[in-house]
Amino acid sequence: MYETSYHRAGSVSDAEAAIANAEDGKFLAGGQTLIATMKQRLAAPTDLIDLRHIADLKGIAKQADGSIRIGAATCHADVATNEDVRTSIPGLADLAGKIGDPHVRHMGTLGGSIANNDPAADYPAALMALGATVETNKRSLAAEDFFTGMFETALEDDEIVVAVTFPECTTSAYAKFPNPASRYSMAGVFVAKGDSGVRVAVSGAGQDGVFRVPEMEKALESQWSADAVANIKVPAEDMLSDIHGSSEYRANLVTVMAKRAVAALS
Amino acid sequence: MSNEGIGARVLRKEDKRFITGAGRYTDDMVLPRTGYAAFVRSPHAHARIKGIDASAALAMPGVDAVLDGNQLVGDGIGNIICGWMIHSKDGSPMKMGAWRALEPEVVRFVGQAVAVVVADTLKQARDAAEAVVVDYEELPAVVDSLDALKEGAPQLHPEAENNLIFDWEIGDEAATNDAFSKAAHITRMDIDNNRLVPNPMEPRSALASYDRAEEHYTLYTTSQNPHVARLVLSAFYNVAPEHKLRVIAPDVGGGFGSKIYIYPEEIVCLWASKRVGRPVKWTSDRTEAFLTDAHGRDHHSTAELALDADHKIIGFRVNTVANLGAYMSLFSSSVPTYLYATLLSGQYDIPAIYANVKAVYTNTTPVDAYRGAGRPEATYLVERMMETAARELNLSPAEFRRKNFVRQFPHQTPVIMCYDAGDYDASLDAAMKAIDYEGFPARRAQSEAQGKLRGIGMSCYIEACGIAPSKAVGSLGAGVGLWESAEVRVNPVGTVEVLTGSHSHGQGHETTFAQLIAERFGLPTDNVSIVHGDTDKVQFGMGTYGSRSGAVGMSAIVKALDKVEAKAKKIAAHLMEASEGDITIEDGEVKVVGTDKKLSFTEVALAAYTGHNLPEGMEPGLKEGAFYDPTNFTFPAGTHICEVEVDPDTGKVTVVGFVAADDFGKIINPMIVEGQVHGGLTQGIGQALLENASYDEDGQLLSASYMDYTMPRADDVPSYVVETTETICPGNPLGMKGCGEAGAIGAPPAVINAVTDAIGTNNMQMPASPARVWMALQSAGLKQAAE
Repeated sequence: MYETSYHRAGSVSDAEAAIANAEDGKFLAGGQTLIATMKQRLAAPTDLIDLRHIADLKGIAKQADGSIRIGAATCHADVATNEDVRTSIPGLADLAGKIGDPHVRHMGTLGGSIANNDPAADYPAALMALGATVETNKRSLAAEDFFTGMFETALEDDEIVVAVTFPECTTSAYAKFPNPASRYSMAGVFVAKGDSGVRVAVSGAGQDGVFRVPEMEKALESQWSADAVANIKVPAEDMLSDIHGSSEYRANLVTVMAKRAVAALS
Repeated sequence: MSNEGIGARVLRKEDKRFITGAGRYTDDMVLPRTGYAAFVRSPHAHARIKGIDASAALAMPGVDAVLDGNQLVGDGIGNIICGWMIHSKDGSPMKMGAWRALEPEVVRFVGQAVAVVVADTLKQARDAAEAVVVDYEELPAVVDSLDALKEGAPQLHPEAENNLIFDWEIGDEAATNDAFSKAAHITRMDIDNNRLVPNPMEPRSALASYDRAEEHYTLYTTSQNPHVARLVLSAFYNVAPEHKLRVIAPDVGGGFGSKIYIYPEEIVCLWASKRVGRPVKWTSDRTEAFLTDAHGRDHHSTAELALDADHKIIGFRVNTVANLGAYMSLFSSSVPTYLYATLLSGQYDIPAIYANVKAVYTNTTPVDAYRGAGRPEATYLVERMMETAARELNLSPAEFRRKNFVRQFPHQTPVIMCYDAGDYDASLDAAMKAIDYEGFPARRAQSEAQGKLRGIGMSCYIEACGIAPSKAVGSLGAGVGLWESAEVRVNPVGTVEVLTGSHSHGQGHETTFAQLIAERFGLPTDNVSIVHGDTDKVQFGMGTYGSRSGAVGMSAIVKALDKVEAKAKKIAAHLMEASEGDITIEDGEVKVVGTDKKLSFTEVALAAYTGHNLPEGMEPGLKEGAFYDPTNFTFPAGTHICEVEVDPDTGKVTVVGFVAADDFGKIINPMIVEGQVHGGLTQGIGQALLENASYDEDGQLLSASYMDYTMPRADDVPSYVVETTETICPGNPLGMKGCGEAGAIGAPPAVINAVTDAIGTNNMQMPASPARVWMALQSAGLKQAAE
């Protein structure tokens, strides 16, 4: 790791000032990707501004309208075990409990995960399928406008994710096939049914990161069963291909995981 | 009565320090004024070095020196050697390309060291290493051994035309061809053995220091065989004369073969310590370990098995191309030859065998012995062929094997080995019973009802351990003898130190070796210390690999104990005025049989050292040494049976049952043996289902971290059922055969036989990853649909 200056921000404005003063600063929000990258000398920020200890960014609250607001610096383990999340959006609690290993789940945060937008990360599928809203220090963004491509988001360099609000949903489930080596998602499918209908979102498999599958959503609207999605294939040419699996294999996994997510709810 | 003798499940004495973080590894060693080394490594698989500019690096803070290959060669540091000479079938010696610890001219694999920086801190060294500018002219690379043999392939070494290192053969080709001409059935297969990265928990490390006053070097290093390291560093690399070099291998966290060899980094640290005038330390990071620790396996083979009408095997013919990587590592040539093809007879009575092995250079990390070393490759070939032949002929896999088992001992195979003892039916019976083989169809039906495919597969393996009779290996090209040494020192108060040439890096020698003393004298193992891993303390020895520390290392201890016991009895007989033949030693007491006369072991030891009252002419002291050279290899064997469940939708294989029934001969500590088997099986299952060193066509290692190299984890393996059967090895005093490698040798074919049984198609190479299994199911389905 190259030398870097560490700042522990006490508030959002603290963090804003620190990044403004840094030559080449980076926000640190758990560091489950960033620190590993820095240790390999593949990233060399002059300053790290740690958001993980900002009180305003922590915590999980059920709102009056039934939605759940989760502070960006909340770690995965807290999401996985929170009673409100478990009752209102069980798919989200399940997803958080399947990220990495216990060490990762106690260090990694929701905000850190979505700001990095690793195509193999789990959270983006939940945000897209649940129609979540991302609240930053500057604005609010719909999940679909937030994720813009592999490792790309709408965030500006000095923009900080403050919280994510998940609207109430009737039912939700996440099925994931982990990469055998890294245990990241090779295909993670989040299925949610709410006021705005059925949504199906996929992480891990797509070349451009998280994506929705309108054909599956339509099919599930008319028939809520695993069979309804069993014959719907996403185009293989849009899927990732690497030493762990071809794009055809990943396309197959998307269908299989979608079936399993629905089956878990039937 | 001591209950810590042979056969006792004594808890591992060494675990207290390991578990409480008190172990002392090379990187824990601290010497004053140490400088830190960082290596400049090639990012290219094949390139000519046009120039190295170190001026910027030398100007950086804390930097002592930047050394490169020209300086190394200029100082007379020798090329890295391969210590086992193989001759091609035309009689020509193997073609060894020059391997320099720092390469001055042409780099041949990604990660090869071209220069080293020594600085005050590790960070300074790494920063400066990045500032060394190496001007490379990229050359075309080749990574697959079959491609390397093709016309027009990139050429690695001028010494080796067409990248061919040797074209070696074993067995009787004419007799084998004759058998095939008479065969009633022939089974043919193309079989690959995937390349693996050893991944010991502790990465390699070296701390070298030079004492100007004594002109003496000390090297702390992660070695499985510190004496061999000293010998090679002195005799071949010219770093220091043997008597001016002390090599210490302290606690070492796993090796699996990869720490047998002497690598460039250890040589460079020693050489640099004198040049810069301060101790030099280097510890590999995990990426360096992936790129530079000698890899294992990597064979392409074609195998043919000839059967008569009665399903007896009459001939076996094998062609193998072995990828040795960019350079020949220390024992690399022996692995795909004498450690491999000599085991192609398996547990079977095969009258004619012929194998041809071509060893090839490629632009990849050098390949050498990795847990099992050649024997897993042989077993995989034999047991995949046996299973496939049985399926082709619609025979029970167990009965087909039984029909061909060797049952008369000694049994001379057509490929050098002479099996001394075994009972292959016994281990097959034990394994089938333990896994409830009879109940498999019902379990398969249950899985089918849940949409899963279930399969069962077996592997009846044999290996050659107790490496090795020196005369025999010498005649086959080995550059060293493979005996072992021991010294037993009884201290004046009766405690015991055993100095052994074996080296423990996870095997539990401090416990099992002490159990020999408990068995012999009835002393508690707490009164025994095992001393190893330091060339200044311990007499010359050959180290630990090839499951040899029991059968060879402990045999040397037994020989030394015989001498100690004889002398102690003489002293006791003299002191108690009894006949020497009437003296027995048990429970820590030296007694005269049939009387109540006795002395404590301590009293006898003290008498030996006071010298006040010894038999006429006897030298004082109670300390004896011995060298033990085995007369034959040992032949551990057994049956492994694996049961898997496959998810046809995702291709994921779950190992739902695994039974190992092994014959290791006499067992000293069953708990430690079970631990060795568990570890070996996990590595075997890892090879079969998970692990793969994958290169792209430019020679970049794609699986160079745990993000992409699938190490087996606890949830990838089942609870093992480990059983043992016993036939005593007649070749050594304890009757031991060795257990360190069996799991890694026997497991892979059992797993793949189970997977192919489950999915109903035999076309599967390792690792049977989810994607591969799914693809195989798709192709089989498409084929079925087309028919």
